Amino acid sequence: MSGERGWEIDCIDLVELVTGYLEGALDEERRITIEAHLQLCDGCQTYVEQIRETVRVLGHLPLHAAQDLPDEVRRQLLAAFRAERPR
Amino acid sequence: MLRVARGFVSTDASAQEVVQDTWLVVIRGLAGFEGRSSLRTWVFRILVNIAKTRGVKEQQTIPLSAVAADEDTGPTVDPSRFRDPGDPEWPRHWTPAGMPRRWDTDPEAEVIRSEIRDLVSAAVGALPPRQREVVVLRDVQGFDSGEVCELLRMTAENQRVLLHRGRAKVRAALEVYYAREIA
Repeated sequence: MSGERGWEIDCIDLVELVTGYLEGALDEERRITIEAHLQLCDGCQTYVEQIRETVRVLGHLPLHAAQDLPDEVRRQLLAAFRAERPR
Repeated sequence: MLRVARGFVSTDASAQEVVQDTWLVVIRGLAGFEGRSSLRTWVFRILVNIAKTRGVKEQQTIPLSAVAADEDTGPTVDPSRFRDPGDPEWPRHWTPAGMPRRWDTDPEAEVIRSEIRDLVSAAVGALPPRQREVVVLRDVQGFDSGEVCELLRMTAENQRVLLHRGRAKVRAALEVYYAREIA
């Protein structure tokens, strides 16, 4: 039964397998055990959801090079770019 | 790009120079770009190479103890949040107090509150360099695991460990934020 199957793994070990689980890197047995555990355990379910939410927020951080660059650096780059361009 | 560069070198100023050097190499090399990888992967590979070379030079002047922290082992969740192995009922399961509390999030929201963005940015900035490199490339820049392994020349297993540890720390920072919100 999935009830017993879910208790084959303890919460303290599950939290260390979350990334492997989300990456699809675990073998079939492990994956099934984890899924059964998540059906039974609110704490672990919340933990996995929170890791997913963390990844979602990370994916919304600004990443454009232009936003990364202080004005002075951008100015120097543009100057360098103009100098490099064949006339 | 700055975030990635910052993972390899010791100061913000140094990371800025790495980004600047990268663009110069890109500009000079663009004509020779053969399109074997995407332009994005190609630019990042140049960035990582420049940043690594520079990082190695800088590390020669940093004491070894500062570099060789055992940041890549040990539990990612405070063990006191779990019951003891000898617990008669639920050994090694969450304690009532240790169990994660649900966050008051809006998973549909396209725009993340700036407060949360700043907090997560800071948490990423505080990660040990190798974890930061992997988290930034995977989760912020959106490279897939194969690309990241290639860029950083590491195994899939190593990459997963670093990603796992980095994400766990960022989650912990969000947890503190949401705990304050509820309180």
